Amino acid sequence: MKFTLSWLKEHLDTQATVDEIAETLTKIGLEVEEVVNPFDNMEGFVTARIEEVEEHPDSDHLHVLKVNDGNEILQIVCGAPNVKKGMMGVLAHVGAYIPLFNEKIKVGKVRGVESFGMMCAEDEIGVGSDHNGIIELPETAPIGLTLAEVYKADPVFDIAITPNRAECLGVRGVARDLAAAGLGKLKPLNITSKNSNFKSPIKVNIEDFDACPVYVGRYIKGVNNKAETPKWMKDRLTAIGLRSISPLVDITNYINYDLARPLHVFDADKLKGNICVRMAKENEGFIALDEKVYNLDDKSLGICDDEGIQCLGGIMGGNSKGCSEDTVNVFLESALFNPICIARTGRKFQIDSDSRYRYERWVDPKSNVLGSEYATKLILDICGGEASELEIVGEENYQPVTTFIRPSRLKDFIGIEVGTAKVVEILQGLGFETKEDGDKIWATSPTWRGDIEGEHDLIEEVVRMIGLDNIPAESMPRSYFPAQTLSPVQRRNVTVKHELASRGLLETVTWSFTDSKMAKDFRKGNEAVLLCNPITAELDEMRPSVVINLLLGVKNNIARGYSNVSLFEVGPEFYGRKPGEQRLVAGGVRCGMTGKKHWSGNERAFDVFDVKADVLAAIAAANGPFDSARISTDAPTYYHPGRSGALRLGANIIAYFGEIHPLILKKFAIKQRVVAFEVLLDNIPLPRVAQGKAKKKLELSQFQPVDKDMAFIVDSSVKADDLIAAAKNADRRYITDVRIFDVYEGENLPSGKKSIALALTFQPIETTFSDQDIETLMNKVEVEVKKKIASAQLRDA
Amino acid sequence: MEDIENLKLNALKQIAEAVDVKALDEVRVSVLGKKGSLTEHMKCLGQLSIEEKKQIGQKLNLVKTEIEQAMEARREELSVKELNDKLLRETIDVTLPIRDENIGRIHPVSKIYEEVVAIFGEMGFEVADGPDIEDQFHNFNALNTPANHPARQMQDTFYISNPDSENFDDSYVVRTQTSAVQIRTMEKKQPPIRIIAPGRTYRSDYDATHTPMFHQVEGLVIDKKTSFANLKGCLYDFVKAFFELDDIPVRYRPSYFPFTEPSAEMDIGCKKSKTELKIGAGDDWLEILGCGMVHPNVLKACGINPEEYQGFAFGLGLDRLAMLKYGIPDLRTFFESDVRWLKHYGFMPLDEASMTGGLSNNGGSAR
Repeated sequence: MKFTLSWLKEHLDTQATVDEIAETLTKIGLEVEEVVNPFDNMEGFVTARIEEVEEHPDSDHLHVLKVNDGNEILQIVCGAPNVKKGMMGVLAHVGAYIPLFNEKIKVGKVRGVESFGMMCAEDEIGVGSDHNGIIELPETAPIGLTLAEVYKADPVFDIAITPNRAECLGVRGVARDLAAAGLGKLKPLNITSKNSNFKSPIKVNIEDFDACPVYVGRYIKGVNNKAETPKWMKDRLTAIGLRSISPLVDITNYINYDLARPLHVFDADKLKGNICVRMAKENEGFIALDEKVYNLDDKSLGICDDEGIQCLGGIMGGNSKGCSEDTVNVFLESALFNPICIARTGRKFQIDSDSRYRYERWVDPKSNVLGSEYATKLILDICGGEASELEIVGEENYQPVTTFIRPSRLKDFIGIEVGTAKVVEILQGLGFETKEDGDKIWATSPTWRGDIEGEHDLIEEVVRMIGLDNIPAESMPRSYFPAQTLSPVQRRNVTVKHELASRGLLETVTWSFTDSKMAKDFRKGNEAVLLCNPITAELDEMRPSVVINLLLGVKNNIARGYSNVSLFEVGPEFYGRKPGEQRLVAGGVRCGMTGKKHWSGNERAFDVFDVKADVLAAIAAANGPFDSARISTDAPTYYHPGRSGALRLGANIIAYFGEIHPLILKKFAIKQRVVAFEVLLDNIPLPRVAQGKAKKKLELSQFQPVDKDMAFIVDSSVKADDLIAAAKNADRRYITDVRIFDVYEGENLPSGKKSIALALTFQPIETTFSDQDIETLMNKVEVEVKKKIASAQLRDA
Repeated sequence: MEDIENLKLNALKQIAEAVDVKALDEVRVSVLGKKGSLTEHMKCLGQLSIEEKKQIGQKLNLVKTEIEQAMEARREELSVKELNDKLLRETIDVTLPIRDENIGRIHPVSKIYEEVVAIFGEMGFEVADGPDIEDQFHNFNALNTPANHPARQMQDTFYISNPDSENFDDSYVVRTQTSAVQIRTMEKKQPPIRIIAPGRTYRSDYDATHTPMFHQVEGLVIDKKTSFANLKGCLYDFVKAFFELDDIPVRYRPSYFPFTEPSAEMDIGCKKSKTELKIGAGDDWLEILGCGMVHPNVLKACGINPEEYQGFAFGLGLDRLAMLKYGIPDLRTFFESDVRWLKHYGFMPLDEASMTGGLSNNGGSAR
């Protein structure tokens, strides 16, 4: 919302400076975005004296001037009739921007004579509308002044209006707020009704009173739309960025910004028959004044004549029955429309207008007659003519809200006491009618406030006016000892992040969205969760896996020349479109080498066992039972079928890891192997609360453990994990560790067989082991392994 | 006797001349071994008279002791020398660079999350979570934002499509604000409530300061007496702790949010120049968060009696806080997974935030 200082003073009697006004506006909730002095940005203009005037050798009306700007004498060709020697004017230097022409002054040659600038007319620099000659300043004016030094500018305020303050979409609303805040006095609005001796020949019929409860029409005959819009009005409209079009249009625009009261003017001679306010028919056509064609639906309100919809009620006029230069008789509309209806239609057909903006927020329901009378006065003043009686159909079915405020409640709410008298003064200043009643102050809202419902609204009004800065700051009381800030699940998710980062992975955060073309291979059988209105086609699906965006990250890093990439993200993946159909995943990718080329020669390519280690570390960090987790080879299909695994606790899968399938990598245009993992954090069971935080008791044996090696020949298809499990299971008391130190396949072994060598640790507990004891344990291992793995044979040492 | 003296001198000379432990051992064998020169003398003792035996015997024992001591001393000298030679041979160029250690980083958003949690935790807040996909009730209606409310258009909402419906179905959205978690919390829990809800939020907007996804922290306090004065105290304490300043100018501007009333926006003081933004005392203000007293309609929607309970809510941007505190210029770069950016703006894994141990160590020095 923009307005100028002089416009504000039309409604507000104040001595306050621009800075004071700006500061107060922000303090009372009308946030100032900027205050612009229109001349501040106009550079290259100075006052200058015409020292010499000569006839142009090749023209009968042009003159060649020598102009003194205080620094130098410039030659300027000028066509203005009023130039004379010794005259003071405004010079535009080369490079100065001329708003009227929308271009900068260049060095020019006019009929063979060079010109180094321009002497300006009023309209060229927006200080007036005169174009009959160049500006003539008093001869005593000093040379070299800037525009801002010569002309008293009318500063333009630009303020942000929150949706609840529709009345401040008019200058008068802003003025009232400032007056209530103590920055001056609101001037009375002197609009009187016009007497008339004839009735409007155009009648109004409302079919849908819900959409349009009241319509005030007026016929004005004999207007002159060729008249000039007065300078003060034109200046104000121009200052806030509106183009002056014709007096009739300018007047409606002006009142829209002055009183937040939208109006419409038809050329009465173009209307056929009477006005009918009705819903459009499905697909009924309407050509708006911007010449766009709309096929309306049956929830759009039309202002119609016998030839169809001539105005989309409260939103935009049509192009065929509007006013033109030749308009003589007009029909003035001042109506009330249902905000919901306006908002729906505006949104559906994507039509933005100042009128829609106001109607869908709040237009004073009692301002229909006022608006019409105000417009009539301005039209008759500017364009002449004769007004009919008002044609009023319907009535505002509006009751102002009466509610109360308790000063005691106010104190509870804001922490300080505000006296009853002060509360009453503030509310009355804002237009409320008040009545004190015991501990309550009853207040009836003014008709221009549509946002008042109850006590909380009145509290807000008082708070705005006393100023938030006047409320003290009191730290939160610490009357109780806080509970745990993070829940156990939240806490372990933080720990997992730090664990993964400490393992050399860079934490990233990527969109929860992803590209459905890429995502379709990652959905694990679930339906795609798509957006109706994605911001781009590449971000149209809620990601079914964190890995997708991480692979895009890999791709982009490789494209930047960084091919050793280790990334992880802890975030949601989505498996359904309803709230809660998501799970938290710690996903990671690694590709390239473990390090750059190094003198020690230790660098190697990342492989499946790096991400498997990441998975186990993450689960351990989350205090998950990774000892009891088993590995199966049924990772999702976007992993390499032979180089991937799932970590599970029975049916509950807690992680996937493996190489990404080469066909997937091809889609991402990644030409190197990538290993990835996903830890399904939500699936990791929490330790039972009953266990508490105490660790298991540490049992230390005083006897040295014994290490023994055993090798088994098994079928190639046998899983190492199964062999380890069988060996451990042989004696759960004394066998404390089973490691694999060699896997061999090839020469000296039958094809389809492999040799796996185990390093076993036997821990004596009660007494040292005898050779016999150790042999017994090794026998147990052999028996158990053979029992669990049919193909297993002990390999002779 | 003279022989013995010569033998001694000769042996001591050989000991002194031994170049290494091996040579010294050879000397020992030639003097003290089974057939050594001194041993030979010892063997001859039996043939002597008692008188001589005693005299020469004593002499031989003294010589033997003297030689043995010399030998031991020399052995010590030689082994030190040998060790020194060995160490010299083992010399390597310690200026060679170390092996790559691949230390990862914590993303600034996670870091700020931890800082914010640490500060509000100190004030007795718990952390609450909610889903990213929300229904109309939790994201809008219960937050006093009914269907035709102009505020709904203030936020460009992403809608989840319905594969079973021909028409546009607006039942589910990705949350436009973490405020939805307020509702979910109050549905589950009776006051007193003190929570913060950090999380992802989504709006259809994309430029240097807006991304379609960003992070917010919602705060909610509901009890019988928390006032706007507490709101101001709480948020002042927060910004002061967060920016790690002794004092920081703040101001509140009345504003509008459907779910709070009175509503306000909080600005903090700063100094702006062309190249730098410094938080603290200065001529400029920077908007940092929105807040207000919880609207009675919101309490009612959650079955809480607004005549009995009251409190405040606020919402602030985690990413924006990260940008301001750690001088990160462009929001879009947060989500680009650029390893150079992550290493530069990320934090060392052990740099955990706490109110007792300090919020940040500036990420540790980058390696």
